[in-house]
Amino acid sequence: MQNTHVDSHAKQLPVSYGAGPKWLSSSRGKLYDFWRRFRKNRTAVIGLLLIAFNVSVAILAPVLAPYDPYEQNWRARMEGPSAEHWFGTDQHGRDQLSRIIWGSRISLAIGMISVSIGLFGGGLLGLVAGFFGGFVDNTIMRIMDIMMAFPGVLMAMALVAALGPGLYNVMIAVGVWSIPLFSRLVRGTVLGLKENEFVAAARAIGCSSVRIIFFHVLPNTIAPILVFSSLRMATALLSAAALSFLGLGAQPPQPDWGAMLSQGRQHIHTSPHLMWFPGAAIMLLVLAFNMLGDGLRDALDPRLRNS
Amino acid sequence: MVRYIIRRLVLLIPILLGVALITFLIMHLIPGDPARVMAGITASDADVEAIRARLGLDQPLFVQFWEFLKGLVQGDLGTSLRTRRPVALEIQERFFATASLAAMAIAFSIAMSIPLGIFAARRQHSAGDNLSMLAAMFGISAPSFWIGLILMYYLAYRLPLFPPSGMYGPPWTLVGLQSYILPTITLSISSTAIMARLTRSSILEILRQDYIRTARSKGLGERLVLYHHALRNALIPVITLAGIQLGALLGGAVVVETVFSWPGLGRYVVSAIHYRDFPVVQGGVMLFALCFVVINLAVDVLYAFVDPRIRYD
Repeated sequence: MQNTHVDSHAKQLPVSYGAGPKWLSSSRGKLYDFWRRFRKNRTAVIGLLLIAFNVSVAILAPVLAPYDPYEQNWRARMEGPSAEHWFGTDQHGRDQLSRIIWGSRISLAIGMISVSIGLFGGGLLGLVAGFFGGFVDNTIMRIMDIMMAFPGVLMAMALVAALGPGLYNVMIAVGVWSIPLFSRLVRGTVLGLKENEFVAAARAIGCSSVRIIFFHVLPNTIAPILVFSSLRMATALLSAAALSFLGLGAQPPQPDWGAMLSQGRQHIHTSPHLMWFPGAAIMLLVLAFNMLGDGLRDALDPRLRNS
Repeated sequence: MVRYIIRRLVLLIPILLGVALITFLIMHLIPGDPARVMAGITASDADVEAIRARLGLDQPLFVQFWEFLKGLVQGDLGTSLRTRRPVALEIQERFFATASLAAMAIAFSIAMSIPLGIFAARRQHSAGDNLSMLAAMFGISAPSFWIGLILMYYLAYRLPLFPPSGMYGPPWTLVGLQSYILPTITLSISSTAIMARLTRSSILEILRQDYIRTARSKGLGERLVLYHHALRNALIPVITLAGIQLGALLGGAVVVETVFSWPGLGRYVVSAIHYRDFPVVQGGVMLFALCFVVINLAVDVLYAFVDPRIRYD
C-alpha cells in the first residue's frame, strides 16, 4: 500500500512545485484522488450513507422516537406492526421502533469505543514493535500471538466472565480483543515503511525516534488503519450484539439490539416481529461498515480494485 | 518438512503456557470471590475460609498457577463449583457435540462456497456475480443468532421440518442428522460467505497471470484452463482460510449452541459464566484455545504440502 502513496506523491510533485506549499497541494491531490475513486464505488457510498443515516437517527433519537423506550403498556403486549406501533410492541408492551431508535446510540457507542480501545492500544504497540524491532518487537508480538490464540469472541467472553456482565465491560472486552489485530496491522505497515528513504532522511537531520514515529511514520499508516477500523467496527458490533444476546452485555431494560433479540426469542413462534426488526437493525449497521471498509480499501489501494 | 513441524510443535509450548497464564489471571483477578460463590450467600465466614483452603485459593498466586499447570498436564481441570463433578469429565461429555457441529459446518461451508466463488468469478460483473457477492456481503453482516432464529421460525415452527432445538443423536443417524441441519447452516453462513468471496477474488487474480495466458494461447478450452490450471493455485489461500474459519467456528459455536440449546461446550461455558463457575470457564476456554492453536498448526503444515513454493527453512 505504501508504494501507491509514494507513487502518487511523486507524480504530484512537479504540479505542486512553485504553486504554494508542496505538502498542501500534494495532500489535496491525494485527497481529491481518493474521493474521486471512493465516490465511483457505489457500495462504499451506500455504506457511508447508511452510516450517516444511523448516526442521524442516534443523534435525533429524542425527537424521532414516538414513545419512551422504557414505557410499558400492559394492554398492548406483543402486538404486531400497526399504524400506532410501526415495528409492533414487545413482551412488556414497549414500542419496538422507539427502542430500536434509542438502541442505535448504544450500538454506535459500543462500536466506536471498542474500536478506539483496539486502535489506540494496538496501534501504539504495533508502532513501537515495528519501529524498534529486536527484543521489544519480539516481546510485544509474542504476547499478541498468545492473545490471538483465543478463537472468536472467546477472549472477550472470558474477560466479561471476569469483569461481570454489562455494557461497559463488553466495550472493554471487545476492545482488548481487537488490540492484537491492530498491533499486527500497524507493525506490518511500519516494518515496510521504516526502510524508506524519508525515515533515513529524518534520522539524518537529527529527528528523535518519537518524532519520526509520530510525525513521519504514523501519517503513512493511516490508510490501512482506516480500512481496518471500518471492517473492525462491523466485527465489534456483531460481537457485542452476540454477547448481549448471550446475556453478558447490555442488561434489561436497556434498549440494546442484541439484548432485544435475546428477550424476544422466547416469543418468536407467536410474535416473529420481535426477531425481525432488532436483527435487521444490527445487520444493516454491520453491512454499512463492511461496505464502507471494502470501498475504502478499493479507493485507497487501487491495486486491489476488481479483485 | 519434519524439522518445520517439530519446530512449530516446540513453539506451541510457550503459546500454550501463555494461554494458560492469561486464562488463569483473568479468572483470578476478578472482583468476586469464588470461595464465597461456592459456599453460597448464607454460609458463614468460617465455611468460606474452609473452602478457600480446600481449593488452595489462600495460596500465593504463583503457587496456584503452578498447581493449575500441574493439573492441566495431568488432564485435571479442577471441580465444577456448581455440579461438584470434575471439569474434565463434564467437558469430555460435551466435546463431541461441539466438534461434530464445527466439522459439519466447515464441510458445508467448503461445499457451498467454492462452487459459488467459481460461479461468480466465471461471470465477473454479471448479474449473477453481483447477486451472489451481495448475498455474501449480507451473509458476513448478519448476526448468526438472528439467522438461527429465522431458520428456527420458518423451518421448525411454521414448517415443522426440523426440530427447533436440541441434539437427538449423532449425525450418522437420520434423527440425529435432522437435528444437526439448522445449527450447521446457521454456524456456516458467515464462513461460507467469506470463503466464497475469497474463492472469487483468488480465481480472478490467478486468471490474470502469465501462465494462464500461455495456457489460453496454446488453444486450451476455458474449462480446462479454469479447472485444471487456475483452480489448483486459486484454492491455496482458500484452504488456509478454511482452517482459520474452522477455528472461528469454534468461537461461533458458543452463540449458535445457545440459540439451538445444543448440548455442547460453548453453551456449557456460557452458562458457567452466568453461574460464575470459574473452573469450568477456565477449562472450557483453555480447551477452545488449544483446539484453535492445533488447527492453525495443522493448516500451516497442510499449506506447505499443497504449495511447494513455500520454503520453511
